Amino acid sequence: MRALTWHGKHDVRMETVDDPEIMNPRDAIIRVTSTAICGSDLHLYDGYIPTMEKGDILGHEFMGEVVEVGPKSTLEKGQRVVVPFTISCGACYYCSKKQYSACDNGLPAANQDIAQTIYGHPMAGLFGYSHMTGGYSGGQAEYVRVPFSDVGPIVVPEGVEDDKVLFLSDILPTGWMAAENAMIEPGDTVAVWGCGPVGLFSIQSAFLMGAERVIAIDHFPHRLDLARGFGAEAVNFEESKTYEALMEMTGGIGPDACIDAVGLEAHGFFVDNVIDQIKVSTFLGTDRPHSIRQAIIACRKGGRVSMPAVYGGFVDKFPLGALMEKGLTLKSGQTHVQRYMRPLLDAILEGKIDTTFLISHRLPLEQAPEGYKLFHDKQNEATKVVLKPGMAAA
Amino acid sequence: MTSLRSDDAPASTAKSSDKDETADLPEAPRGASAVGRAVTIRRPRAELFACWRDFGRLASFMENVERVEPIDGKRSHWVVKAPGGETVEWDARITDEREGELIAWASEEGADIANSGRVAFRDAGARGTVVTATIAYDPPGGGVGRLIAKLFQREPGIQARRDLRRFKQLMETGEIATGARNRRVESEEGQG
Repeated sequence: MRALTWHGKHDVRMETVDDPEIMNPRDAIIRVTSTAICGSDLHLYDGYIPTMEKGDILGHEFMGEVVEVGPKSTLEKGQRVVVPFTISCGACYYCSKKQYSACDNGLPAANQDIAQTIYGHPMAGLFGYSHMTGGYSGGQAEYVRVPFSDVGPIVVPEGVEDDKVLFLSDILPTGWMAAENAMIEPGDTVAVWGCGPVGLFSIQSAFLMGAERVIAIDHFPHRLDLARGFGAEAVNFEESKTYEALMEMTGGIGPDACIDAVGLEAHGFFVDNVIDQIKVSTFLGTDRPHSIRQAIIACRKGGRVSMPAVYGGFVDKFPLGALMEKGLTLKSGQTHVQRYMRPLLDAILEGKIDTTFLISHRLPLEQAPEGYKLFHDKQNEATKVVLKPGMAAA
Repeated sequence: MTSLRSDDAPASTAKSSDKDETADLPEAPRGASAVGRAVTIRRPRAELFACWRDFGRLASFMENVERVEPIDGKRSHWVVKAPGGETVEWDARITDEREGELIAWASEEGADIANSGRVAFRDAGARGTVVTATIAYDPPGGGVGRLIAKLFQREPGIQARRDLRRFKQLMETGEIATGARNRRVESEEGQG
């Protein structure tokens, strides 16, 4: 099959590799019809993520048609499914509590050691995201082996186009959970740092959960315009002082809830401190170290801070005093995708949520390397790149 | 032996070798090294006990165990992988057994590596069953023994922890997780 493989910093290639097989009874093989490049894939692309190996197949946002099933799969050949980026067993204590991203069994036993050492506990497996998350081949390929296919993938009705449901795999549930973690009450003002896909979806979700106002913070004008399209007010941090703006816009109170979606790699790992544990402060970009600190400082007394953005290691100058003195609640975590797929699919089918606005580029899978370059270099215009195997070249 | 313990933590978590690592293991050879690991498995205690008591199945989740052949109700023959493609073997005998609660075993005379262990099962309500495995081993000097000692002591407890994770996966999910997309990749990467 053809697949997008990783070879090093800014070096991803389309290659012919051998096909996946059913390895375990609950597996299924999916023929991919649509797959997206995630913001967190850019961290692989930039060479930040440890435990990558040359030839690894990337991609964790994908959907397609079931072409083969193991004896314990509940899927049927020919069904169209969206696959969650988290690989969760559905049977352990955490899955029974619907805390799927904390699954005990998603990672092969030997791959659990690193997370156990760094975080104290291993987490769920992830598709196409290094060997410390399981070494699973990803979805930017013609075919994918999907473990635990009886509990992960959601079947999509015929006639619903891929673009409408593809983001159930990751970023829509991630934006939704971010808003849920902000524990929004009717009348709330919610501030959202970062208007990437997760930030934009959390803005939509916050309004659906009863927020009266949402204030969106970014520096890409196009992304701020998308946020405005959902009714958010925009703060461009290159033009305005964020803390002062938030305070003045809320009558000196501060936002009731703050969402840090700057990372938008809401399932990446942050790197330098994983490789080099001496470094104590790492964040995602040049302007971004401020986001979680700013969220905590700006948040009103007794308010809530939700952090879908990924931090993988240790941070320096964390305002722990402000968190404590103001009595804030901080919630975070990798997305429990399987918990949200059904209700969010229903919301899409009922027309309550539209995600297609996000897609700026559709390319054949064969042009995936160009897609990475585009998404990496042109963040203002390239809001989301979707790859389609078999699509004719543009 | 003098007990220097002033806490309730398992002996296998001792920081100092002054603390007798095998204090929890009455059948262990004196001076042996020990590793202990606990894992919680969301299955009934009786089911987990039955799987473990069926010694022939241990090789399906213990990475270094090539095979375990039951000899009679109390004894079994173990063949364990060693570095350099070698194997080490011994006969083990059950020294204590309480249905659904505990299995303890020890190697018999003439073992390549003198070893003993016990696995205990305790109810944990909605979380299932806490399984605690403790293994003590006393490798002889010279030859294969030294290699084995090196293998086991390089990362004491890692092997035990991985084996228990595989046991948990098998019992909770019915399969053992692998990241390999096909058999060729799996054979290149080795076992998960």
